[in-house]
Amino acid sequence: MNQQGVDSGRRRFLTLTTSVVGGAGVVAATVPFLASWKPSERAKALGAPVEVDISEVQPGQLIVVAWRGKPTWVLRRTPDMLASLKKVDPYLLDPESKQDQQPNYIKGETRSIKPDYLVLIGVCTHLGCSPGFRPEHPAPEIDPHWQGGFYCPCHGSKFDLSGRVFKGVPAPLNLVVPPYHFDGEMKVVVGEDPKGAA
Amino acid sequence: MAITPNPYKTTGLLGWIDDRFPLTKLWKDHLSEYYAPKNFNFWYFFGSLALLVLVNQLLTGIWLVMHYKPDAAKAWDSVEYIMRDVPWGNVLRYLHSTGASAFFIVVYLHMFRGILYGSHRKPRELIWLFGCLIFLCLMAEAFCGYVLPWGNMSYWGAQVIINLFGTIPVVGHDLVIWIQGDYIPSDATLNRLFSLHVIALPFVLVGLVVAHLIALHEVGSNNPDGVEIKKHKDPQTGIPLDGIPFHPYYTVKDLVGVGVFLIIFLGIVFFAPDGGGYFLEKPNFTPANALSTPPHITPAWYFGSFYAMLRATPSFAGTQIWGVLVMFGAVILLFLLPWLDRSPVKSIRYKGPIFKVALALFAVSFVLLNYYGMQPPSVVGKLVSQICTILYYLFFLAMPFYSRIDKTKPVPERVTYAH
Amino acid sequence: MRTKYSFRALLAAALLLLAGPALAEGEVLPYPFKADPDNIASVQRGARNFMNYCSGCHSMRNLRYNRIGSDLGISDELLKAKLMFTTDKVSDHIVSAMPEEAKAWFGKQPPDLTVETRYRGADWVYNYLLTFYVDPKRPLGTNNLVLPNASMPDVLWELQGLQVLKEGGGDEHAEGGHDEHEGPQFELATKGTMSPDEYRDFVADTTNFMVYAAEPGRAMRISVGIKVILFLLLFTVLAYLTKREFWKDVH
Repeated sequence: MNQQGVDSGRRRFLTLTTSVVGGAGVVAATVPFLASWKPSERAKALGAPVEVDISEVQPGQLIVVAWRGKPTWVLRRTPDMLASLKKVDPYLLDPESKQDQQPNYIKGETRSIKPDYLVLIGVCTHLGCSPGFRPEHPAPEIDPHWQGGFYCPCHGSKFDLSGRVFKGVPAPLNLVVPPYHFDGEMKVVVGEDPKGAA
Repeated sequence: MAITPNPYKTTGLLGWIDDRFPLTKLWKDHLSEYYAPKNFNFWYFFGSLALLVLVNQLLTGIWLVMHYKPDAAKAWDSVEYIMRDVPWGNVLRYLHSTGASAFFIVVYLHMFRGILYGSHRKPRELIWLFGCLIFLCLMAEAFCGYVLPWGNMSYWGAQVIINLFGTIPVVGHDLVIWIQGDYIPSDATLNRLFSLHVIALPFVLVGLVVAHLIALHEVGSNNPDGVEIKKHKDPQTGIPLDGIPFHPYYTVKDLVGVGVFLIIFLGIVFFAPDGGGYFLEKPNFTPANALSTPPHITPAWYFGSFYAMLRATPSFAGTQIWGVLVMFGAVILLFLLPWLDRSPVKSIRYKGPIFKVALALFAVSFVLLNYYGMQPPSVVGKLVSQICTILYYLFFLAMPFYSRIDKTKPVPERVTYAH
Repeated sequence: MRTKYSFRALLAAALLLLAGPALAEGEVLPYPFKADPDNIASVQRGARNFMNYCSGCHSMRNLRYNRIGSDLGISDELLKAKLMFTTDKVSDHIVSAMPEEAKAWFGKQPPDLTVETRYRGADWVYNYLLTFYVDPKRPLGTNNLVLPNASMPDVLWELQGLQVLKEGGGDEHAEGGHDEHEGPQFELATKGTMSPDEYRDFVADTTNFMVYAAEPGRAMRISVGIKVILFLLLFTVLAYLTKREFWKDVH
């Protein structure tokens, strides 16, 4: 062992360069491992847009379909139901849906493309339970101002008939409206934006 | 209670740790102050490369289990699922399948290095024994893994290997059924081999590797001259005169080896993952079929030698067990090597002509056996295999005699190292 | 030094022993073929051929239509219009239109062809599709040179025409054809809608598609592999320079 006459600058430079390049290699080698946790083609295939036939849905009826495995609701609202939306405005946390819980083509208190049909992901924004559909009103056991809506059995979060969250409940946000569009009059495609919408 | 300060006088976070855990001690004992002979040559890359391949197998294996289904009805499709639907799944799978073959190439060369330079001789007998156990464990691990894709070669490979136990007199038949958990290799068999492959055997393997390294670092590395560097130490420092710290000298040297190895290994992974039909066999690209044996059934290439011995041994006295005994005996002989070699010198550099010829014959026999083990049965193949099996056995069994009478050369006091 | 030579001589002898049988080994296929799955146009034509002529009976149960679409640059609309006959969901696997009673027609279920070219070899598939010939002894009236007594009928005969195997051209057993190099002697008895050259291209396209289908990730691993190897070359050079620098200490 003899370190005399060693060019320590060169040695340091080579050590550093090799370490950096080798380190970059190790980082690159993690790509297959990390990337393999992303949804596979099978998961994507199962999460493909779902076509829902709404021709049989009666006014006031709610149907549940699975989109990406999540309970997804299509509710055909009656004129009464639509009229009730205004009445609960003062008791809601975000009545104008300012929070980003819906595609940008979903606007207003009806939170829908066609007011008659409400499409929502039925997963509570608190901890992920699926709220129950409670159209009956008045229902003082739920809320003194209840006009019908969705009530979460887990922690008592309350949502109106547009999925807007009430004040003073655990859930912080309105229910999510998925991307969807109508294909003809009687078919809703959940999981795909309307043509031309971003 | 006051803490006894650590002897390395480290401070800060490292000092805090060193007072409680021998981090600096481990680093010094095994890397920065582990003194290895300075005259390692090409053959000495394969130890660290084996470790690299082990890590590759463990990591890619853990990740493959995340996507694979150990179910006879689903296993085949789940492998294709990994190959097609899982992002980067094909790369993970090829790393693992090619890694299995690479493991055997590296380990075979590593073992041959040991025989070449007498690394099994006193005081390294336990290193050698742990190594042999690793090899045995690796063979079991490779067999179990080979079955998991549940292709037709997987299936019939399992059938043949498990039926080896059927040659044991009296209990053989029941033993096979017990191992399979069924009357044929089936879902139950696949499940237990999966468990062994991903849990039990890796545990044992890693444990043995640790023992192998602890034993190595206790007695120190051998070298191509087969002389003990600890015989000549610097009187002041107590450091062997021919020793250099493993880190940085051998870490940086091994990195070059790793680079070259990875170019070859990943070259195969990315450009020829089938390995010409030897790393991924054609007949395994059709699902397991209990009613149809592939026309040319061969074991994975790394078992070729042992399989050739099995086929070369005729049955007599109404039983086939002799072939199985010859095959297992060939592995057992490796364990005995430290006590069979009676030569006064360790390294081939100072051994006489008899040993060199014997070793050459042994190496050639092993390669020929491997080759004929992969070929369909033939008259020539059987004859060559029989001769080679005898040569293989003679290399070990005759060693106590020829190694003693062989004319050796004088061993130098210090290692030879040309700068 | 004598021993060193004997060592080498032994190694050389061993190599000769290895090489001898290696040369004689291997099935001889009459038509040489090298698959080219990188030829996208050919693979696209092959996909069309497969879907129109093969997928009625043979599935590719591990391949999704939209994987073909994204790899070969075919839009979902085109997939649905030209290639998908059993489903209209582009993420579905390619299953055959074959009903259950198929087994009774052929004696066995037509095999899944997802990884057929990795199982048999692309050249085998190519030869198989070219070497059907008239054989009145078979129940369906045709036989095949590379898969004697194949249970599959000569479904492509309208394209290829019907060919007759001339005597002495490797009848019954392919083993007999080992020593003659000019390939089997076929004679076209009935003309097909394609010329022999057109039909060979048709089969080559189809085989290329099957090679693609057997491993859709092939293109990806090769392109990644090139980058990986280039990186490793750089790393190895750097590691070598560093090694040489450090080993200046060792005398």
